[in-house]
Amino acid sequence: MSAFITQFINLLAAILLMLAFAMLSQRRILSLIYLYTLQGATLVAATAIVGFVTHQPHLYFSAAITLVLKVLLIPMLLHRVIDRLNVRWDVETLINIPTTMLMGIVLVMFSFYLAQPISQMSATIARGTLGIALACVLLSFMMMITRSKAVPQVIGFLSMENGLFFAATAATYGMPMVVELGIALDVLVGILILGVFMFHIREQFDSLDIRHLEKLKED
Amino acid sequence: MPLDWILMLVLAWLLIGSAGVLALRRLTLVARLLFPAGGLVGLLLLVAAALALREAPASAVLPLGLPSLPFHFRLDSLAAFFLMVIGAASTGISFFAAGYFRRGEGTPPGLLCLEYHVFLASMVLVVLADDAYAFMVMWETMALSSFFLVIANHRLPEIRRAGYLYLLMAHIGAIGILLCFGVLQANTGDYTFANMRAQHLSPFWASLAFLLALFGFGAKAGIVPLHVWLPEAHPAAPSPVSALMSGIMLKTAIYGLLRVTFDLLHTPLWWWGVLLLGLGLLSALYGVVFAAVQVDMKRLLAYSSIENIGLLVAGIGLAALFAAYGMHPMAALALTAVLYHSVSHAFFKSLLFVATGSVLHATRERSLGKLGGLIRFMPWVAWMTLIGALTSAGLPPLGGFVPEWLLLQSFLFTPGLPNAFLNMLVPVAAALIALVAALAGYTMVKFFGVIFLGQPREEKLSQAHDAGFWERLGMLWLVSGCVALGLFPVPVITLLDAVTRPLVGAGLGAAVSGSQWLLIPVSLERASYGPALFLLGVAVSLALAFALVRAFYHGRLRRAPPWDCGYPWQNPRMQDTAEGFGQPIREIFSPFFRIERSLPTPFDAQPHYRVSVGDHFWHWLYLPVARLVERLARLIGLLQRGRIAIYLLYSFVTLIAVLMVVKR
Repeated sequence: MSAFITQFINLLAAILLMLAFAMLSQRRILSLIYLYTLQGATLVAATAIVGFVTHQPHLYFSAAITLVLKVLLIPMLLHRVIDRLNVRWDVETLINIPTTMLMGIVLVMFSFYLAQPISQMSATIARGTLGIALACVLLSFMMMITRSKAVPQVIGFLSMENGLFFAATAATYGMPMVVELGIALDVLVGILILGVFMFHIREQFDSLDIRHLEKLKED
Repeated sequence: MPLDWILMLVLAWLLIGSAGVLALRRLTLVARLLFPAGGLVGLLLLVAAALALREAPASAVLPLGLPSLPFHFRLDSLAAFFLMVIGAASTGISFFAAGYFRRGEGTPPGLLCLEYHVFLASMVLVVLADDAYAFMVMWETMALSSFFLVIANHRLPEIRRAGYLYLLMAHIGAIGILLCFGVLQANTGDYTFANMRAQHLSPFWASLAFLLALFGFGAKAGIVPLHVWLPEAHPAAPSPVSALMSGIMLKTAIYGLLRVTFDLLHTPLWWWGVLLLGLGLLSALYGVVFAAVQVDMKRLLAYSSIENIGLLVAGIGLAALFAAYGMHPMAALALTAVLYHSVSHAFFKSLLFVATGSVLHATRERSLGKLGGLIRFMPWVAWMTLIGALTSAGLPPLGGFVPEWLLLQSFLFTPGLPNAFLNMLVPVAAALIALVAALAGYTMVKFFGVIFLGQPREEKLSQAHDAGFWERLGMLWLVSGCVALGLFPVPVITLLDAVTRPLVGAGLGAAVSGSQWLLIPVSLERASYGPALFLLGVAVSLALAFALVRAFYHGRLRRAPPWDCGYPWQNPRMQDTAEGFGQPIREIFSPFFRIERSLPTPFDAQPHYRVSVGDHFWHWLYLPVARLVERLARLIGLLQRGRIAIYLLYSFVTLIAVLMVVKR
C-alpha cells in the first residue's frame, strides 16, 4: 500500500514538473492560465493524498484552500484580467524557447543535486519529490526572467508559490496553519495588486511590455 | 552639586532656544531679550564650573535616550575647565549676537536662536558626557546644530557648498571617534567611560584607539590634512557663529583628544607624542603661512585658527612625550601651556571674529582689498580689535604671550629626554614654534593694518558706523578676558593645577604661587616673567620717551602726512594691499601653495591681475578621493538597468549562489 502511494505521489510530482516545463515553453497566455490551473489541481490531489496517508487532517484543509484559491479564484481573476486587457495571444519571450528548455534541464539537475542530502535526512513519505519541488520553483523563477510581458510574469510568480507549497508538503507535511493561511492571503492580495499594476502599466505605455519601464530609470 | 546647576543651565539654554521658536520672526524680542539671557546663562556657567574645578568628580545618570541605556554625565576638573572656557567665551559672543543678527538674513531670527542655544547646550554636554553613547549623541547634535548655523544664509550656493563640506568632514570624523570608543571598551560591551578607564589595553590596541581618536578629533579640530573645511565654513557662517565654532567648538575636539589620550588610555606611548608634535607643527606652520596670504578677513582668521590648533596639538604632543618618559612636572608644564592657550585662543579668536562681523555689517565687505582706514569711522571696534590682534600675535603683556612662553619653556626642557634622537629633533621644533609666532605677528599686522589703518579704499567706507551697545558690550567682555589672562597668569595657572594633576600627576600650582607678581614656572634662575612689571616698563618707557622728545626736541606740534616720500598726491590706491603685504610670504613659502596667476600683457585695454592661492592637500588628497568615490558610485550605478528581467536575474543568481554555498 505504502509503496503504491509513494509511487502515486511521485507520479503527481512528475506531472507538476512536466507542467512547469510546459509553462516554460508555452507562448500563449490563455494556455498558461490553463496550465496554471492544472498545476493547482495536481497540487490539491498531492496534498490530499499525503494528508490521507499520514493522517494529518490539517493537510485536507490546505488542500481545500488550494482548491478554492489556486484552481478557482486566481484563474478566474486572471481570465478577467486578460479579457479586460485583451492580451490573450501574447507570444513574446526574451530568450528563445529551446534554449530556455535546455537551461531548465540544467536547473532540474541542480535542484536534485541540492535536494539529495535533505531528502536523506527527511523521513516523510514524499521525500523523493523534494528535488522536483525545488525544480518547480527554479523553473518558474526562470519563466519570470525570460518573459517580457507582465501577465506571464505574474503567472510565473504564482507558479513559484505552487512549487514552494509542494516543497513544504513533501519535506515536512506542510507548514503550520498560520503560515499557510498567511501565504494564501498574500498570494491573493498580490494578484489583486499586480492586476491593478498591469492596468496602470498599460494605461501609461499603451502596452504591457515591461521593457517600457526602462524609461523610468534615472540617469 | 555644581553638576546639577550646570545641567539646569543647559536646560535654561534649551528653554531660551525654544522660546526663540515661539517668537520666530520677532527680531527685537529675540535679540534684546533671548540672546542677552543666553549670555547671562553663560556667565553663570562660568561661575558654576569655576566652583566645580577644585571639587571631587561628581557624576549623574539621566534616564534620557534609549531605555536601559541612560546618559551618564561626570564633572571632573578637566570637564570643569573646558566648561569655564565655554561659559566665558559664550557670554561675550551671546552679548555680541544680541546686537548682530539682522532682519532678512536667510534663517529667521527665532530659529537661529534655537540652533545657537542648542549648539551651546550640546557643547556643554559633550564635555560632561561620561559614556560613549551620550558623547556621540551630543557630538552629532553639536555638528548638526552648527551645520544649520553655518548655512544660515542658505540661499547662496557657495554657502550651501561650505556647509556640505563641513558636515561631511564632521561625519567622517565622527566615524573615527565611534570606532575609537569601540576599541576602548575592549569587548566588554560596556560603553561607559568608567569601564574604559578600567581597561588596560595592549600597546597595539591602545595605539589603534589613539590613532582613531586623533583622526576623529583631528577632523573636528582642523589638524592638517583634515583642515579643509575650516577656511570654507568660517567665512560662510554668521560672525558670532564663526566665533563660537573657532573659539569654543574646536576646543571640544582638543578636550576629546586630552580625554582619550591622558584619561581613558592612562599613559601615552612616546611615539604618540612625536606624531602629535609633528602634526601640530605642520598644522601651525601651514595655517599661519596660508593666513598670511589670504585676502578675505574671515578666511584669514580661519587659517589662523588652524595655526593655533596646531600649537595646541604640538603642546599636547610634548606633554604626551614627557608623560611617556615619566617626566611629570615637565608634562604638567606643557599641558598647562595647552590649557592656557585654549582659553586665551577662545577669547582672542572670538573677539577677532565678532570684530569682523561688525566690520562686515558696517561695510558689507569681507575682502581686505576693499577695506581700510576704518579706525576713523569705527574707533571702538578698531581699538578692541587691536587688543585682540596683539593677543593673537602673542605679544606681552596680553593673554597670548603667556602660553607661547610656557610652551617654549617646556621645549627648552626636552634635552632631559632619555632619547638622543628626540633631543636632536626638538630644537628644530622649538625653532618652528618661534617661526610660527613671528609669522602670526606678521599676519596680525596685515589683518589690523589693512582693515583699520591707512585710507579707505572705497568711497562708501566713510559711511561705516561703529558697533552698537550690545556688540560693544560683548567685545568689551572678550577684551577684558584677553587683558586679564595676560596680566594675572599666576591665579590662572594655580587654577589649572587642579586639571593637570589628575591627568599627568603633577601641577605648576605650587611652583608659581610663591610670587604673585612674577611667573616662575620652574625656577627663578631659569626663567621668570612679570606681566605687571612688563606693563609698567612699557608705560614708563613710553612716557619717558614722550617727555624726553618734548623736552629736548623743539616741543612744537606739527601735523603732516606720514611716509609721503616726497610725493604730493596720495590716493588710496597707492597703499599697500593685502596681496602686496602677503607677497613676500607667497614667494618664500611658494612650495606650500598651488598658485594660479594670470598677468596682464602691456597691450591689454582692460588689464586684469588675477591670482588664486590653492591648497595642495585639496588637489592631491581630497580631489582624488572624491573622484574615486564618484567612480565607485558610478560602477554601482551600473547595476541599475531599469529592466525587471535583469533585476529578477539578480535575485535568481543570488538564490543559486546561496544554495550552492549552503550545500557545501
